[in-house]
Amino acid sequence: MKNYYKIPKIFFISFILINLFLSNLFAAGPDGNITKMKFSFDGIFGVIDKASARRGLQVYNEICAGCHSLEHVSYRNLLDIGFSNDQVKEFASQFEVTAEPDSDGEVNMRSAIPSDKFVSPYQNDNQAKAMNNGAIPPDLSLIIKARAGGASYFYSLLKGYEDPPEDKELSNGYYNIAYPGNVIAMPQPLYGDDVEYADGTEATMEQEIIDLVSFLTWTGQPELNDRKSMGFRVFLFLVFMTSVLFLSYRKIWKKIKG
Amino acid sequence: MSNIKNGKGIIGWIDYRLPIFSTLQHTLVDYPTPKNLNYWWNFGSLAGIFLLIQIITGIVLAMHYTPSVEGAFASIEHIMRDVNYGWLIRYIHMNGASFFFIVVYIHIFRGLYYGSYKSPREVLWWLGLTILLLMMATAFMGYVLPWGQMSFWGATVITNLFSAVPIVGTAVVEWLWGGFAVDNALLNRFFALHYLFPFLIVGVVILHIVALHTHGSNNPLGIDRKGPQDSIPFHPYYTIKDLFGLSFVLTIFAAVVFYAPDYLGHPDNYIPADPLKTPAHIVPEWYFLPFYAILRAVPDKLGGVIAMISAILILFALPWLDTSKVRSATFRPIYKKFFWFLLIDVIILTWVGGSPAEGHFILIGRLATIYYFAHFIIFMPIIGIIETPKPLPNSISEAVLKKPIKDGT
Repeated sequence: MKNYYKIPKIFFISFILINLFLSNLFAAGPDGNITKMKFSFDGIFGVIDKASARRGLQVYNEICAGCHSLEHVSYRNLLDIGFSNDQVKEFASQFEVTAEPDSDGEVNMRSAIPSDKFVSPYQNDNQAKAMNNGAIPPDLSLIIKARAGGASYFYSLLKGYEDPPEDKELSNGYYNIAYPGNVIAMPQPLYGDDVEYADGTEATMEQEIIDLVSFLTWTGQPELNDRKSMGFRVFLFLVFMTSVLFLSYRKIWKKIKG
Repeated sequence: MSNIKNGKGIIGWIDYRLPIFSTLQHTLVDYPTPKNLNYWWNFGSLAGIFLLIQIITGIVLAMHYTPSVEGAFASIEHIMRDVNYGWLIRYIHMNGASFFFIVVYIHIFRGLYYGSYKSPREVLWWLGLTILLLMMATAFMGYVLPWGQMSFWGATVITNLFSAVPIVGTAVVEWLWGGFAVDNALLNRFFALHYLFPFLIVGVVILHIVALHTHGSNNPLGIDRKGPQDSIPFHPYYTIKDLFGLSFVLTIFAAVVFYAPDYLGHPDNYIPADPLKTPAHIVPEWYFLPFYAILRAVPDKLGGVIAMISAILILFALPWLDTSKVRSATFRPIYKKFFWFLLIDVIILTWVGGSPAEGHFILIGRLATIYYFAHFIIFMPIIGIIETPKPLPNSISEAVLKKPIKDGT
């Protein structure tokens, strides 16, 4: 029997693999200059470094949050990266949100609580536009997932600010080698020593960027650590079950195949 | 099980009045199946399982999803973050769609290789193609639901194709949109239809199985069964083989779901839809890329739409375009080569479909499109006439007992 499907099998399998490969490779890719980086959360066993993500929150809060919202993340989610209940409450309470109308129908402000979403720096999109020369700074919750090149792209972008070449006219933006088209509206946000880390880590530019990448990878994929550990167990089980079923198949078919 | 036939017991009592148990017995247990099916025959039942996975995960997702332009994107993030195992259910559903297409495409190419569309299985083949068309509509509408950038712009590009229809084009597009732009009305109807279509698919699948069981499965030799010695019961032989195949494919599926869940998707769909900002490249999901390449290969809009639709419709005529009496490509030396050429051509079309329509991609896309149609309209009828098939074995059991002739190219 075997010979009948030997050749088709090879071709079909390559068909699948090639298709999967091509669909990604030729999907609209990044045009900029990207350094391929290795992060703690890469690979099968890679997980988000929680200490790094906590430092990344500090970078986000002190540098990015002036312009960028984080609308899909709640303060309570910070428990996942190792903050305590009290720390989360205290962190949330520094922000103000619009309260529900009170019994007299007055709408007041109150300080945020853990169940609130991260407070946006803007009242609305028009304010965001007005404050940033007409371009809304993107929300950062999903920024790593939403860019071709992912974490490596984000890392390269923050490191990619350079002096423009002589012949390049920059009327409305800054020169960045990683950004598609090389002209980005955002000025360079990190230079090193922009924050003083609570845990004493030296705040070099490299360290700040890596911490921010850890934090924003977590905001984009808060399930990442759970997903990988569950995936490994599921995979082991399926490999075991496939082997058992294969042996059963061989045994049952013995009568037919002789 | 013996109670079913003699009408005793609860099962027998019910079956005497409504023969559901004996029907199941006939389709899943007794069904006589050729004894020489290879692994390529696993993909039919696999497709059925992926349809079930999609329906189950889809129903759960629908419980948490908000079909409105303001709420859709945030509700997906709510599923990913706040719903218990919502991320798992959504990743299974997203990648399940891709795997459903992989499995179905392999199933179709298997049919092409072994001539499974030939008499008396023409209607079976048509029903399968109908399932493919319904799947494409369902997948397209499903991709719109998260209301990301690719959702919005994909919907805009594809619905605008209908404007190519002469005279009534614009009216048809506005009717589809339920307004004058891709907006809330379209999202709502796509959600309703995305929920409905899978059940239509289930209906056609049932017909597909009825048609299959009327004349039985084709087999790698493509010859009819001569007697009971050529068949074995579906259970336990093919139930165990299908379970093994299922478990194997689920292992690959799990690897993708857990370790590369966004690999087959497009990053732009994690950006909320913005009608004022067109993405640099609008690319459909990978399983539409060959057809997208054919659409763009024709310089005229209406012509492109006709070519794209014809690329599938032409498959309905396959039983008559193929003039050979021999089913299996194993015994058709020339056709076999052209089968692989077609497969390579489709891979090229996939590649071109995912690349920007510029430079040499335009030329490659046009040549590959011409070749695609030439395969069915020119080569298939001619090969069937000029080719001398290899001698067919007398029966399946004879071929199984003897060491088979080498299937070399």
